Amino acid sequence: MIEVNRKGEVWVYAEQEDGRLHDVSLELCGKARELADRLGVRMGAVLAGAKVRDLCPTLIGHGADVVYLIDDERLSHYQTSPYARVVVEMITKHKPQIVMYGATPLGRDLAPRVASAARAGMTADCTDLDIADVTDPKTQETHPNLLLQIRPAFGGNIIATIVNYDWWPQMATVREGVMPLEPLDPARKGEVVEEKVEIDPALMAVKLIERHIEPKTVNLKGARVIVAGGGGVGSKENFKLIRELAGAIGGAVGASRAAVDGGFIGKEHQIGQTGTTVRPALYIAVGISGAVQHRAGMEESAKIIAVNKDPDAPIFSVAQYGIVGDLNQVVPMMIKALKERR
Amino acid sequence: MAYHSIVCVKQVPDTANVTAEAMKEDGTVNRAALPTIFNPEDLHALETALEIRENYGGTVTVLSMGPPKAADVLRDCLFRGADRAILLTDRRAAASDTLATSYIISQAIKTIGEFDFVFCGRQAIDGDTAQVGPQTAEKLAIPQVTYLDKLVSAEGKTVRIRRNIGNGWEIVEVQLPILVTVIETANKPRPQAARRVMRYKKARVPSELAMEVRREMPDASDEQRQAEVDRRMAALKQANYPVEQWDLDDIKADLNRCGLAGSPTKVFRVQAIVLTKEGYTDVPPTEEGVRQMIHELVVDRTLG
Repeated sequence: MIEVNRKGEVWVYAEQEDGRLHDVSLELCGKARELADRLGVRMGAVLAGAKVRDLCPTLIGHGADVVYLIDDERLSHYQTSPYARVVVEMITKHKPQIVMYGATPLGRDLAPRVASAARAGMTADCTDLDIADVTDPKTQETHPNLLLQIRPAFGGNIIATIVNYDWWPQMATVREGVMPLEPLDPARKGEVVEEKVEIDPALMAVKLIERHIEPKTVNLKGARVIVAGGGGVGSKENFKLIRELAGAIGGAVGASRAAVDGGFIGKEHQIGQTGTTVRPALYIAVGISGAVQHRAGMEESAKIIAVNKDPDAPIFSVAQYGIVGDLNQVVPMMIKALKERR
Repeated sequence: MAYHSIVCVKQVPDTANVTAEAMKEDGTVNRAALPTIFNPEDLHALETALEIRENYGGTVTVLSMGPPKAADVLRDCLFRGADRAILLTDRRAAASDTLATSYIISQAIKTIGEFDFVFCGRQAIDGDTAQVGPQTAEKLAIPQVTYLDKLVSAEGKTVRIRRNIGNGWEIVEVQLPILVTVIETANKPRPQAARRVMRYKKARVPSELAMEVRREMPDASDEQRQAEVDRRMAALKQANYPVEQWDLDDIKADLNRCGLAGSPTKVFRVQAIVLTKEGYTDVPPTEEGVRQMIHELVVDRTLG
């Protein structure tokens, strides 16, 4: 742990792969900017990799006052131990008060390793972050400006708010897609601080032999409209109704876990706690009962239409429009209405 | 060569089947009202270790931290093929967050001694943090390989592992010892073996005995119960089951790093997710109803 430093910066770990920044890091820059302004401190990004200097202006344009750049040939591929070493070194040297990571496979591999080495608190998979004065019920002591780390817990059945009572830095991973991606401001000014970190060769223990990246075929996060089908759709064949509706409306195709587990559609379409988190302008849930795990991944959508034959299905609790009826009749009506709307 | 594996397993509440009865009025979860299960991904971690033993020889030791009841999952491991089981149970470890838990687990692993692999499930379904594995690896100062999908090869101290990286996979090569977290696509966990169930079903850790005697002899005096506990303890020793119970002193843990004192993160507030049925427009399932809804979405510019 590091000493409490109320002027400490708010940091984002800037995740990059092959010289491309991950969207979630830019989403986090917007949130970190907001928190830093409320605390009256600087916002920093830690960028590690090989030949990644070109990414600094993007981080500054998304809100960073300072980018700590660790550009080292040995960091060309992500590896847990050397990357963790770099982040721990930066934390020890600059004493940030908050460090945020994307809750990606990489972020969830790196962040706990850093937390363990720095003996810092770490909250996984936050869906919201806030700043508030908090009174410890045990000591009755009030701690000013703590980071509230808000996340679903217990399989999504409860929402827990986690704090560290002045045990710093305060660290969290944040789910992809839950913070809005603010537009880049090319006029923003910021500083790039180049850092060198000693990396013990013994830390380079994991050798990359082969990597296979699947071409991205589904862009759920970028979709303005998503039509998602659930277990109620009934079969793989019947799922074509969902695809037709998505086609008629110009949206992407999503699915609940029940539909994926039922083999109606591939896992890359899954929305929810174990899939993608989305916040489109319109979300149409067809034959989805709306278990908490699914709602956690879509309830931030601006508008939600629910179609379900069960009037008590929990999906209706988050919907603006509810249609209680047989999807095999309702969906064709929707397609027809959409085609006639112009 | 033969490999010695340690598998970390956890007993968890079945969070996939939380009912309204399991929620208390203040919005917290009544854990006692939930059935407990073997954390699903930990079963895949165990299976990975058992397959390695079958292919290369060696041993499989399972370790769990939890209340006495967590011995259930350790027996389950013995039924499926584990050689040795250790329950770390200590009231002073209660309320440990992931940092404190990883410290305690790492101390227990150091106490077990020599190993080639530590296997953990990627995450436990009660917290879904996926943190304790990597945090433990750091404390053991060994490399970690997360999200194992397949053990590709093992030759001497060099192993190749295919890991799922979300948008694809990669194969990495690493020298043992290492800590590995396992995902559910890695394998299909074997069932319990009837022969092993027969052999180990009576295996108990000492802290379970007192509870069992209290439950089975509700009307007996304290002396009678103690005598029964002593009798069962003697029988347990005689049977020499491969199950042990350790506490924080056995693993030489620094108490300032365990339980509440060793946990930076504290739960400040818990809210139940309340479902409201208000606020949505009930659209009749008719052509007119649907057309009206689409029209509203066009008017408010949701649809272009």
